Parts: sequence; structure tokens; C-alpha cells
Amino acid sequence: MKTKKVDEWIVVSLLLLALFVVFLLFPMVGLLKQSVFNSDGQFSLDNFKRFFTYTNGYYLKPLANSVKVTIVTTLVSLLLGVPIAYFYSFYRIRGAKLLFVVAILCSMSAPFIGAYSWILLLGRSGAITKFLSALLGVKMPAIYGFKGILLVQSLKFFPLVFIYMNGAFKNIDNTLMEAAANMGCTGVRRLVKIVLSLSMPTILAAALMVFMQAFADFGTPMLIGEGYQTFPVMIYNAYLGEGGADRNFAAALAVVAVVITAIVFAIQKWGTNRFKFSMNALHPVEKKEAKGIFGFLMHAYCYLLVGIAFMPQLYIIYLSFCNYKGSIRQGGYGFGNYVQASKKLLSRSIKNTAVMGIIALVVIVILAVLIAYLVVRRASALNNAIDTISMLPYIMPGAVVGLALLLAFGKKPLALTGTFAIMVISFVIRRLPYTIRSATATLMQISPSIEEAAISLGASKAKTFVRITVPMMANGILSGAILSWVAIVTELSSSIILYSNKSITLTMSTYLAILRGNDGIAAAFAAILTVVTAVSLLLYLKVSKSEDVRL
Amino acid sequence: MSDRISIRHALKKYGNNVIIPDLSLEIREGEFFTLLGPSGCGKTTLLRMIAGFNSIEGGEFYFNDTLINDLDPAKRNIGMVFQNYAIFPHMTVRKNVEFGLQNRKLPKDKVKEQTEKFMKLMHVDEYADRLPERLSGGQQQRVALARALCIEPDVLLFDEPLSNLDAKLRVEMRTVIKNIQHSVGITTVYVTHDQEEAMAVSDRIAVMNAGVIQHVGTPKNIYQRPANLFVSTFIGRSNVMKARLDVQDGRCELVTASGYRAQMNNVQEKYRTAQDVVMSVRPEELLLSRDADAPGISATVDDCVFLGLMTHYFVHLESGEEAEIIQESSIDSIIEPGTKIRLTINTDKVNLFTADGSANILTGVQNDCAGA
Repeated sequence: MKTKKVDEWIVVSLLLLALFVVFLLFPMVGLLKQSVFNSDGQFSLDNFKRFFTYTNGYYLKPLANSVKVTIVTTLVSLLLGVPIAYFYSFYRIRGAKLLFVVAILCSMSAPFIGAYSWILLLGRSGAITKFLSALLGVKMPAIYGFKGILLVQSLKFFPLVFIYMNGAFKNIDNTLMEAAANMGCTGVRRLVKIVLSLSMPTILAAALMVFMQAFADFGTPMLIGEGYQTFPVMIYNAYLGEGGADRNFAAALAVVAVVITAIVFAIQKWGTNRFKFSMNALHPVEKKEAKGIFGFLMHAYCYLLVGIAFMPQLYIIYLSFCNYKGSIRQGGYGFGNYVQASKKLLSRSIKNTAVMGIIALVVIVILAVLIAYLVVRRASALNNAIDTISMLPYIMPGAVVGLALLLAFGKKPLALTGTFAIMVISFVIRRLPYTIRSATATLMQISPSIEEAAISLGASKAKTFVRITVPMMANGILSGAILSWVAIVTELSSSIILYSNKSITLTMSTYLAILRGNDGIAAAFAAILTVVTAVSLLLYLKVSKSEDVRL
Repeated sequence: MSDRISIRHALKKYGNNVIIPDLSLEIREGEFFTLLGPSGCGKTTLLRMIAGFNSIEGGEFYFNDTLINDLDPAKRNIGMVFQNYAIFPHMTVRKNVEFGLQNRKLPKDKVKEQTEKFMKLMHVDEYADRLPERLSGGQQQRVALARALCIEPDVLLFDEPLSNLDAKLRVEMRTVIKNIQHSVGITTVYVTHDQEEAMAVSDRIAVMNAGVIQHVGTPKNIYQRPANLFVSTFIGRSNVMKARLDVQDGRCELVTASGYRAQMNNVQEKYRTAQDVVMSVRPEELLLSRDADAPGISATVDDCVFLGLMTHYFVHLESGEEAEIIQESSIDSIIEPGTKIRLTINTDKVNLFTADGSANILTGVQNDCAGA
């Protein structure tokens, strides 16, 4: 009776699938294949055997290091972030808005700038170290290694917890708090049994986010880790090859990394499902005034924490205006560093970052909108498959993405190594899952009847999509896009494998300047990068008009 | 132009789950037709099949003589008003209203003129350049109506349009909708679960349950002579009691469980045999007497609720059955709980159904439902 017409959208689905097969599945399969061949081109599991059995756990050590520092970082971030979110949501804090904005700035800054700045402050010849030893004769303990990574990452990631938890706390209905109090449950007991229990799914989500980002972080351990080698650093080193590059072994390491993040992801999914329930506060909690000593301590905690987290960025901007000769600081201030930087590919880096970033952003937005629409409005097995595939990069550390692309597109027919294209592809792959999530969430809040209204008024499907659906998603997409932009601008871990002198980005230039030990120029680059991220984020906050930062 | 809608043997299922098994319906040109039923009965599903937003698994849908089963929703020329208004939030009121016209490639001045006309008609012209988020619920619904009417549709569809409004506005807007429909005369299908709203606006009502139409008729008819027990209990309030029909010499008598007998003159020919029946009597159709010795069913008052114009009494009968009675409030006194009373039945108004409740055995039932 009913003949179902072929939907125009099926074409879009197939096109998207083709894109994913070429640019995502093909490199990943390639990586997997590479890992199970030895350097003579024969199938073998030697690479994995080597990894697990090499003398004295030479390769297992960095893995253990990574897991250890990441778990501790995650715990510390939760311990720092949950209280500040709690104070922020339940009490009136003077200058709360400023605190929130600054916290976001800290979390979104380029990962290694914090590490670099802390070295300049607390390192062997750091400003604070010198000051203390000159004044008091106190010798500061070394900041390098485990402690340094923990310090830098915790201060960078606690704001993520803050942002996540603030969203969860805001959804707790005040009547639940009152009902608990009514039944005699108040104070700390209520905090644990009601507030934190209700927020459990979010706590898990925040923990996963911190774990994934900390585990994949390349820049921080590279700079401040010194002898304390972590997994992403090892992948990079294996790829560069201390004794000649061994790509097969590097590929095997990358596979191990993906397996680990996949397991963590699965555990988090399982945990979230166990605690799953939906909340929507009709009566948001009213913020209380904190009195007396408690109020003072609360303010001190919030300001001190955010202040310390923000200090490295301010310090690097300050340093960028100090006069340097080589890497030796001279007296006085000026723009000398910027003049020097402009001779070191500054303008090319900025131009490249802008061009590649914007192209990647446009591609990401188009793909994310299409995929969100297909998943939310035209659910089918094919579209769900596309959705699942598009989420794969979520569990792939940047170094793995970089390596996979390099292996896949290093030779014909698609020789893209060193081009803009491969950089753009890596940006898109890295950020797409996040933007799809935010586009999907936005679309789910839009009632389908609005699109039906347009169709019943005679608008075609295409016109409805362009004139009704997309504009209504615009705000959500735009805010998601700005966050993606920030992430792209500060991307290091995949770029370091894929960049060339021609396609160098601002972040890469900054990183290289730091490696060269030229502190003045490095500070200038880092300052520019910091200001670009800060301006983008302020724009984001203006556009999104809400505190619900969706990362 | 206004269309007649014919639905023949419509079938709707999601997977193996049949929502509407086999539904046929004729909606006359220009009439205000309401689909009424409890939630989940398939009324919105049927409306969306007419609109083209739900697929049709079987049967035929016609606008006049045109088969529309596979016609694109955009080409059906329908005006639809949604439960949540579905106003485009990023467009001004004017842009919303003219949206449909712009899909028709009309000349600019014609679009403007038509838009003005319908914004004026719905009294939203003063907000023409506002964004919808600054309008109240009632105003948004007026915009939605203006937008639907503006394209001069052949069919108007309403999907529970008033359920998001507060009680006072609901009454106001249903009058607006009814008056507008009468003045433009477009065939209208209206979905609601609120029976009072349905009675207030409709020319005819179809009462649906579990995907099956139970009764199609005028509001008066479905209230007074419901086709079956479901309709009788869904529309208005009814006291349902077991009873018997006694037939002697062609004369029918109703015998209640307590033995009270009342003569029935309007039993249909084919049901004039002695049988168990179900009696459905509305609270206002039970007459209450304080004289405990008067003829009638004896009962005891459990509770009474004074509501101004009317007073409700809750009683239990000798047989243990409970009943509700509504009387116009009198000035003297309210009958105290615990008082013994007698009840008689208004035999002109009471309805009797077969023991399984599937059919009304009295004359006067008018059911336009094609299957009946």
C-alpha cells in the first residue's frame, strides 16, 4: 500500500559515511595494521611483546607513570573543583562572576604555557626559587617530575570540574533541599546524601573529562616532567626514534593508549548509567550569605585557588614586556621580545593559525550540524553508526591521531604530509566529537513541531532546514564553535607530529621557542597565544549568555 | 475553498504495535470536527496522519476526491496549530505570519496585505515587530492561529492548542477559535482530551478509545444518548449500576439491584427481551427525596459538597453501590451526612446498555461512525 519515498537525507548520510571511512577509519585501521607488522613487513606481535616484556619494564614504566599521575591529578582536580563549585552555587561570593570567567580562562589556556610559566617561577632558576633562597636561604624542592605535572595539570583541570559541577548543582531543586531539611537531614549530612549523591553522574563525567585530557596531555610532561616520562611523550619519542624511527612500535604504543582510554570511557559509561536520572530545577537553589569566619575562609579559598591558577598566565604576559638579551633578563621594559618574535615566523604562524583554524571550524560546524540533525531527527541504523564512528576520536589522544594520519597519508595516493590539509583534518577529527555533542544537545531542545509548522506552511525540507532548524541551533552551534576554535588554536599534541615549517601554527611556534630556551621570544609568543584564547573565550561568554559551558 | 475529508480503513502501527487498527471517518466540508479521547487513544496520531507527519500503514485518506496518502505535507495546503504553538523563536511576529505566504512566490504587496489582514483579525498587529519570546502564551497562540489562517488553507488542524494555557485564557481562546472558524468556514479537525472544551467548540465530536472510534455525533447527542458505556463515562460524569430489564406484555421495566422498578418507554425493538443491563445515570438525573418512605431506592448520605450553584451529594445505596447526585442548591438547608433518603430516576434521561456495555439499548442514539 504505502510506498516509502527515498529520503534526500540518505545521500547526506552516505557522503558523511564516506568521509569518515577515508579520513578516520582508514587511518585507524592503518595504525592497527602497522602495529602488528615488524619492520620487515611480516605479521608479528613482537611490538606488543616488546612493550610488555622489555628489560626492567622499560616501556611499562612510562605507562605506570602516566596512569599514576593522571589518577592523582583527577582526584586532586575533584578535591579542588567540587568545593569551589559548591560555594559558587550555594553561597553569595563577592565577585563571583569574575572568579568564574578567570577559572574558565585558566582551563582553556594552551596546556604547556602553564608548565613553562611554573618552571620560570619555581624551576631551578625560577623567580620565586631565587627570591626565597636570596631572602631566607630556603632551598625550594625541585618542581620537576611527578610533582610538577601534578601541580600544573591540577590547576589547569580543576576549573573543568568547577564548570561541570556548577551545571549539576544548578539543576538541584530547592524543594529537595527543603524536603531533606524537613526530615532532619542538614549540614554536612545533607551535602553528602543529597547534593553530592544527586550530582554523581556529573562528578563521573567531570572525572572522565579530566582523566582523558590529563592522560593525553603531551606538552606539560614534555616540559616539566624531565626524567618522569609519560605515555604520550613515549609515543612521540618512539615515533621520532632515538635510534632510528620505529613506526611499527610507535603504532603499537598508540594502540595500547587507545585501549586504555577506551576502557576508562567504558567504565565511566557504565557508572553513569547506574546513577542515571534526570533533573530539572523549577525552583533553583537560592544563594545564601556566608557569615563570619566561614564566609572569610570560603572567600579566601576561592580567590586563592583561582589566583594561583591564573598566576602563570599573568606572569608570562608580564615577562613578554621585559627586556631580554638571549635568554638573560635585562632591566627595563619594552616591546623588544615582540620585535624579535616577528623575525621568527610570527606573522606566518598567526596567518596559518587563522586560516587553518577557520577552515577547520567551518568544516566542523557543517559536519556537526548535519550529523546532529541525522541522529536526532532521522534516527536509523546507518545514522547511529555514523554517530558512533564520529565519537571515536573522543578516546584517541592527540598524539595517536597525529600518528595515524601521518602513517595513512604519508604516501600516495593521498600524500598530504606537511600540508595545510593534514593539519586541518587533524583539527577536525580532534574537535568534531565535542561539537557534535553540543549540536545534538541543542537540537534535542528544539521541538520537532516547529519544523513541522514550517513544512505545513509549504516550505520544502531543505528550506525548513536552512531557514528554521539551523537558525534555531545557531546560538548553541556558535558557542560550541568558539570553544572548538580555542581548542584548535591551542592544539599541540597532534600538531607536533604533523606540522611543517610551512604549516606552522602559533602554538607550535610558541612551543619551539620554549624548547630553544629563548625565554623572551617564547614569552612574547605565549602572551599572544594567551590573549587570543582569552579574547575568544570572552566572546564565547558573551554569545552563550549562560554559565553552561559545554566542553 | 474548503475540503471534505474522507478516511477509509486507516491503519497505523509502530513496528508490531498497532495504534489504529481500522478507522473510517467522514468529515464534512466546513464543519468543526473534534477528536476527543483519553491520552494515548490515537487521536493525535490520526491528526498527524491527516497532516502528513505520520506515515500511513494502510487505508486511504482523501481531501475531497484527491488521495493524499503520499502527498508531501508541504503540498496539502493545511494550516496547523500545535500544542506548543511552534512559533519560530528567531523571527518576529510578522515574519512568522508571512512565512507560509513567502513559500508561494506571491507578489510582495500581496504578501504584506494578507499578513496585515490576518494579524489584525487575530489582534496581534500591535506586536508585529516583536520577537515571540516577549509575548504571553495567549498572544503566541494568536500568532500561531494567524500564521495558520494566513495561507488560506483548505483544512485547519489543531493539536491540543489550549492545553498550555491557564484555565481562564483557555475559555477565552476557545471562543476566539470557534468564532474565527465560523467566520472563515474552513473544515477544521481539532484534537483535545478536554470534553468540556470539545463540547464548547465542536459541530460534531468523535469519541475515540484505543484507536477505535466509539461515537460520532453532535455534542448534545453524545452527552444525552452515548453509543456505549465508554462514551457515557468519558463524557461528563455517570453513576454506573447493575440492573435488569423485565419485559411483560411488551412493556419494559427497569429493575435496580434493590428492587426499585421504573417503566421504560424507549427501549429499542430488538432489545425488548428480559436481560441484565448496565444503567448509566448522570448525577443530575437522580432525584433525591428526604421522605424515607417515598417510593424509590433507599440510600444514605455520606458526604455533601456545597459549590454555590449546585450541591453535590455522595451516597451509598442499600446494595452497597455508591452514587453521586447533583442538585441545585436550595436556600433552606443541606442534607446532613447520615440522613436516610430515597432516590428516583429520571427515566427520560437515564441510559441503559447491554450487560457488556458495548451498546445503548435505548432509542435516539445517533452515531455517524461508519462502522456502527
